[in-house]
Amino acid sequence: MNFPIFPKSASTTAVQTDHLFFLLLAFSAVMMALIFLPMFFFLYKYRRQSNADRSSRKLPTEYIEITWTVIPVFISLAFFALGARAYFNEEVPPADTLQINCVGKQWMWKFQHQEGNREINELHLPVDRPVTLTLASEDVIHSFYVPAFRIKQDVVPGRFTTEWFQPTSTGSYRFYCTEYCGMDHAKMAGTVIVMTPADYQDWLEHGSVRDTLAQSGEALFRTLGCSGCHAGNSAIHAPPLEGLYGRLVPLSDGTFVRADDQYLRDSILNPASQITAGYAPVMPAYAGRLSEENLLQLIAYLKSLAKETPPKTP
Amino acid sequence: MTAEPQNYLNGEYTIKSWLLTTDHKRIGLLYLLTILFFFVIAAFAAGLMRLELLTPQGDLVSSDTYNKLFTIHGVMMVWFFLIPSIPSVLGNFLVPLMIGARDVAFPRLNLLSWYLFVLGGFFTFHAVILGGVDTGWTFYTPYSSTYSNSHVTEMALGIFIAGFGSILTGLNFIITIQKMRAPGLTWFRLPLFIWSMFATSIILVLATPVLAITLLLMGVERIWGIGIFNPKLGGDPVLFQHLFWFYSHPAVYIMILPGMGVVSEIIPCFSRKQIFGYKFVAFSSVAIAVIGFLVWGHHMFVSSQSIYAGMAFSLLSFLVSIPSAIKVFNWTATLYRGSISFEAPMLYVLGFIGLFVVGGLTGLFLATLAVDVHVHGTYFVVAHFHYIMVGGMVTAFMAGIHFWWPKITGRLYPEKWAQFSAIILFIGFNLTFFPQFVLGYLGMPRRVHEYAPEFQVYNVLSTAGATILGVGYLLPLIYLLWSLKNGPRADQNPWQAAGLEWKTASPPPEHNFEETPVITEEAYAYPPLTSSQPTPEEPHG
Repeated sequence: MNFPIFPKSASTTAVQTDHLFFLLLAFSAVMMALIFLPMFFFLYKYRRQSNADRSSRKLPTEYIEITWTVIPVFISLAFFALGARAYFNEEVPPADTLQINCVGKQWMWKFQHQEGNREINELHLPVDRPVTLTLASEDVIHSFYVPAFRIKQDVVPGRFTTEWFQPTSTGSYRFYCTEYCGMDHAKMAGTVIVMTPADYQDWLEHGSVRDTLAQSGEALFRTLGCSGCHAGNSAIHAPPLEGLYGRLVPLSDGTFVRADDQYLRDSILNPASQITAGYAPVMPAYAGRLSEENLLQLIAYLKSLAKETPPKTP
Repeated sequence: MTAEPQNYLNGEYTIKSWLLTTDHKRIGLLYLLTILFFFVIAAFAAGLMRLELLTPQGDLVSSDTYNKLFTIHGVMMVWFFLIPSIPSVLGNFLVPLMIGARDVAFPRLNLLSWYLFVLGGFFTFHAVILGGVDTGWTFYTPYSSTYSNSHVTEMALGIFIAGFGSILTGLNFIITIQKMRAPGLTWFRLPLFIWSMFATSIILVLATPVLAITLLLMGVERIWGIGIFNPKLGGDPVLFQHLFWFYSHPAVYIMILPGMGVVSEIIPCFSRKQIFGYKFVAFSSVAIAVIGFLVWGHHMFVSSQSIYAGMAFSLLSFLVSIPSAIKVFNWTATLYRGSISFEAPMLYVLGFIGLFVVGGLTGLFLATLAVDVHVHGTYFVVAHFHYIMVGGMVTAFMAGIHFWWPKITGRLYPEKWAQFSAIILFIGFNLTFFPQFVLGYLGMPRRVHEYAPEFQVYNVLSTAGATILGVGYLLPLIYLLWSLKNGPRADQNPWQAAGLEWKTASPPPEHNFEETPVITEEAYAYPPLTSSQPTPEEPHG
């Protein structure tokens, strides 16, 4: 039986979280000393059998109360600020991260890399490169947690959530589901394998992959019939998708919405919820007809069109 | 032996006289027996879980059974033991006595509260007999509303019904404390237990209806498939969490404020001193009740709620810790120049402070956003809330039961055994739950029946501790029951305590006081300790 006392630390997030944790530990030790040392001293000195001086003494109660109220408030504010700054850092991803899709379902984790490689309950990553996971759930709420990275994000059905981190040392690290999700919740776990960039490239190339993520999406775009309307030469008047991703889209109610992953998701599954200005609401809803994996592939294809310009409509 | 004077226990002995009683003292005892029943079941479930967790493999029970065990443990401990523990047992017994009233404002409503509680308990227990529920006590959607194949609806119905008992109890206490105080008993002469019960009652009345609404909506989705929380039906699963924690975070304060009230009674008594900073302790209870309504989102830092909402909830969570800290400082300062003795209630209270300080400080870790991201959903959280709810509330409940036992039963228990039990409880508790902090930071998720082998050593320690803790609960059950028949009779005030409840017989007569007391002094008016000589040891059992 081994006796671990501290988890492995293998990401940039882990470093800042551990710093805060140690600061809190030190603060707790000081607080416990400030409370328990006087307490034990009083308990001993004023035990009923002792001869201590108990004559009542006029104490400046108000000043004492204000002191031990105000000082903890300021210390709390300091911890709040440190925690919030670190939280902001770990919730908002930097530009240009490696994008990997992750789907949680009862009771497994499925990943797909941009190059098209898929894996289940294993995730291969290059070291020292920031990674963003786009998380989706097929059924109930799950939570993706890598203790060695000190990161965790709930995976919520009906929406995408993201989680970013930057692994700092190669090796294997366990990940877990930390939102109870039913019978085999305990088995919904796996391993992150952090490799050197060369090894990662090697791993990507040796996978039996036919299509990249975007190519799989393009195939779906045709088989599902999307191209029938959204292609430039179509008879039906549908919004062009080239150059759409990341742009502001005018809606028929006069508002604008940023075309991000969530917008694309909602517009595919339930197009009537946000009608693009100038177009008739004729698109059928795809809710219930697409798995989360296919949806992510389709969106990867639409994202790949971001740099293209829409064809001139006649 | 002379005949016992008439009291609330010996007036009538029939079962009917108990089941139809409107005497707040008898209703308190009915609650005590009922919650004891649920405590035994929930503790048994916990024992099985700890046994399963001795080894990393899932070998004692199946995953499905384990999931049902932690659901039973959570539901019964929270709603059928902790929430009614101090409020409904000690609160019912003590609130009228402490304010010099004959009973609560609405005695029949009080009895109805107990019947609602029992009816709710029946449905919950029946759901367990039918095969149990596997959602965890938090009932997160869409798992609970769509995916779980267990008796979710019936268990939710039980909690829903029991909630009305809570609301009526809260209402009764608020009105009783407002309207029925004895002449001269102004707000600032009230015992601090009454202040904490008042704050608790406000939470019971305002928060419990939200729980009822939440469970009802979940039931509607589960039974009729009306989309509220399940995104496949057009709902929002995170909405459930907002509603659930809007109740359940204030409920955490239902589970600790009354304990703080008990501590504020016992420390002055065993220090022979007025409490330090009365008004600050009193208003800190109110502050906890108010701010406690504004921190629910700290359960949801990784739920996909907005990060700016997360920051607001983190800030408010830090602020809610301040009134608790104020109480601890004032309790410590009360000891200064006191005349301190260490009978069992005082030992339990000192244990409470030790455990509550650890629970409170680890709460700051969880309020710190970036640290919470790591430890949320792990054993760190399990350890933290057990330090508050078991280390805090259950220890305070034990302190209260020991302190008022002579008043409730008219009997004294064997003091040495009680002191021994208090120490066993403290050791057992720490051995059970301290290793779980380490496990949590190492990354062991909660609600799993099998785990990675490197976590085993701490689980073994925890299970060993749970065994000792079990002894710490079993011993008082034995000697308290023994004392009912064999304990020496208690006089009116065996602790030489201040407070109205000690100015009437033990056990009190049915109408509490022979004549309505008139109050002329503030609470905890212990005689001044002027000399440096030890005060003479008071004789008691």
